[in-house]
Amino acid sequence: MNSELISLGESLADFDNFGLSVLVKVLAILAVFFVVPLVVGYMEHKAMAHQQSRLGPMEAGPHGTLQLVADGIKFAQKEDIIPTAADKWVFAMAPGVALVPGILVFAVIPFGPGLWAIDLELGLFYALAIGSFSTLGVLMGGWASANKFSLIGGIRAAAQLIAYELPLILAAAAVVVQAGTMNLAGIVGAQATFMIEGTSINVWYVFPQALGFAIFFIAAMAELARPPFDMPIADSELVFGYMTEYSGIKFAMFLLTEYGGMVSMSALISVLYLGGWQIAPGVALPGCAGAGLFDCGALGVVMGLGVMLGKIMFLSFLMVWARVTYPRLREDQLQKMSWLVLIPLSLVNLAIVAVGKVVL
Amino acid sequence: MTAPGAGLLKGLGVTLKHMLKPAATQQYPHVRPDLAPRTRGVIALMTENCTVCMLCARECPDWCIYIDSHKETVPAAKEGGRARTRNMLDRFAIDFSLCMYCGICVEVCPFDALHWSPEFEYAEYRIGNLLHEMPRLREWADTVPPPPALDEGADLPKEVADALDKATAAIEAADQAKAAAEVEAAKPAATPAAAAAAAAAADGGAPRAKRAADIDIEVAVEIDQETYDQLIAEGKSERMARSKAKAAFVRKKKAEMLAAEGGGEAAPADAAALADPAAPAEAEAAAPAAPAAEAAAVEPARPRLADVELEGEVQIDQATYDRLIAEGTSERVARSKAKAAWVKAEKQKMIDEGGAE
Repeated sequence: MNSELISLGESLADFDNFGLSVLVKVLAILAVFFVVPLVVGYMEHKAMAHQQSRLGPMEAGPHGTLQLVADGIKFAQKEDIIPTAADKWVFAMAPGVALVPGILVFAVIPFGPGLWAIDLELGLFYALAIGSFSTLGVLMGGWASANKFSLIGGIRAAAQLIAYELPLILAAAAVVVQAGTMNLAGIVGAQATFMIEGTSINVWYVFPQALGFAIFFIAAMAELARPPFDMPIADSELVFGYMTEYSGIKFAMFLLTEYGGMVSMSALISVLYLGGWQIAPGVALPGCAGAGLFDCGALGVVMGLGVMLGKIMFLSFLMVWARVTYPRLREDQLQKMSWLVLIPLSLVNLAIVAVGKVVL
Repeated sequence: MTAPGAGLLKGLGVTLKHMLKPAATQQYPHVRPDLAPRTRGVIALMTENCTVCMLCARECPDWCIYIDSHKETVPAAKEGGRARTRNMLDRFAIDFSLCMYCGICVEVCPFDALHWSPEFEYAEYRIGNLLHEMPRLREWADTVPPPPALDEGADLPKEVADALDKATAAIEAADQAKAAAEVEAAKPAATPAAAAAAAAAADGGAPRAKRAADIDIEVAVEIDQETYDQLIAEGKSERMARSKAKAAFVRKKKAEMLAAEGGGEAAPADAAALADPAAPAEAEAAAPAAPAAEAAAVEPARPRLADVELEGEVQIDQATYDRLIAEGTSERVARSKAKAAWVKAEKQKMIDEGGAE
């Protein structure tokens, strides 16, 4: 293991008993991964519906709150179809290859003071690297389905990953330059102490790096293949892209990957640009000592978790809002937008931040 | 010239605005839809109005209307009239899995038997169950809203106008009769009894109406069983036998009436025409029937006829034949009787000639 991939901050789940500690962390991550995306999914159902003058799910549970649980049961009951011509092993593994990196990203995300499984020195690097793995599962699924629509969908996903990984990482690099660390909790801490030059007004990185925030947000949506960047699925052109041949629980795993990705990307954006679990710039969490970010009591931990989840929901809502509002881009428009617009802009953003960091 | 990206923000504004407005969704099973009163939900059948004219089934572009019927004979409504055949509806079904709700059947129905009903909840789990039969179609007819009110100043429907006219005329007649009676009563009455009679008449046209009803009852058609049996025995159709038996009954009745009035020979035709204006020809033909029959009964009593022998082909006495046919006698009987009459007449002629010689 790389010597720099070491844990820094103390997690709340770090007990003397190593086995128990790991068990608690794994269960906590799984709980977050299987609950929060469902809440986001329900929010998406409802937000989309109301933006389209509909009501959305209303029958399963009060106001349809249990709709996604019902959907999960439905997927579990469905027949698991594997096409005769499919490469069976690759076909069967693809949803897992897509899903597992989505879970692993949650290991480093700080959901509040001490609410992380492991606080890596290279946390941001780890999150972006592991997150990109999901596309491998998509490519595998597209190839193994032995279906032209699936294959085109998979190839599009690969092309999209290559195009948008660059602006995503360049925008994140600017944050790393400004914060001076790749540790996610450290970035949150750096934002809590970041002042506008010459004043004592605390601001988050979204203010000096509004351009970077916009680039990261757009690139994140493209990475997740969310509309208006859902060319790998493009149901009007490719049936359902790489998911065409999938059914039942495997299809559900791809869907869960997408919604889990929305949660982890939203969490990363709020950590990088929106001050993490900080309520507002310069406002300490109640019950916390010092700068009001670490060393908190039970109330502070719960508050921090709530603030973080609120920010995740808000950012997910922005993604849904964009999805409802904008039509899908054409494949060439997608590529042009990345290579001719976002990458140059992110380079400019990185240069400005670097110069500012050195000069000021 | 708008700033670049303004359209993107405008789009976000549109979706946000719609999100904050109430949804257009109607939660149907929980909330009843607010439909127009004449919503075209389903086609209802007013079974009583259907005459099985088949226009709807023929016009239906989907051929989704199924009609079965049989014919029934209905006795003539009036004395001496002809019995009518009528179509009786056995089955009327609409297959709503084929129906495209064009409403042509409703438009084309000349008897207002088909209507649009606002009912729409008749979904079925099996497509075959969408074939709805008469009872269901009739139930829907009860849900049809009443026809829209007439425009102000519009003519009344013909049936209503006729009934109103009749009622008004009756009231006026009654008023006039009353007024006349009062005038009579006001004059110095010859006797108290006459005044009392006038007052009784003034009390209303009721006695008159009652008398009219009596006449109706008298005129009510009955069948002359003898004639009927005879005709049936001759192999005539039931319908024809019935109508002829009725005619025979009418003739007998008239003969009785005439006898009661004094047996005038000239009057019967008119009286018969009065009693049954629908069949004056029959009545006229019937009037001389009685004297002719009498004559026929008397003549064979003369012994001389049998003595006379007739040569050559026997002919038919056309007058007798026509009369008998008009009386409703079968053609065979009429022909033989007419022949007998001709033979009789010829013989009489020969006797008369012989007598003259």
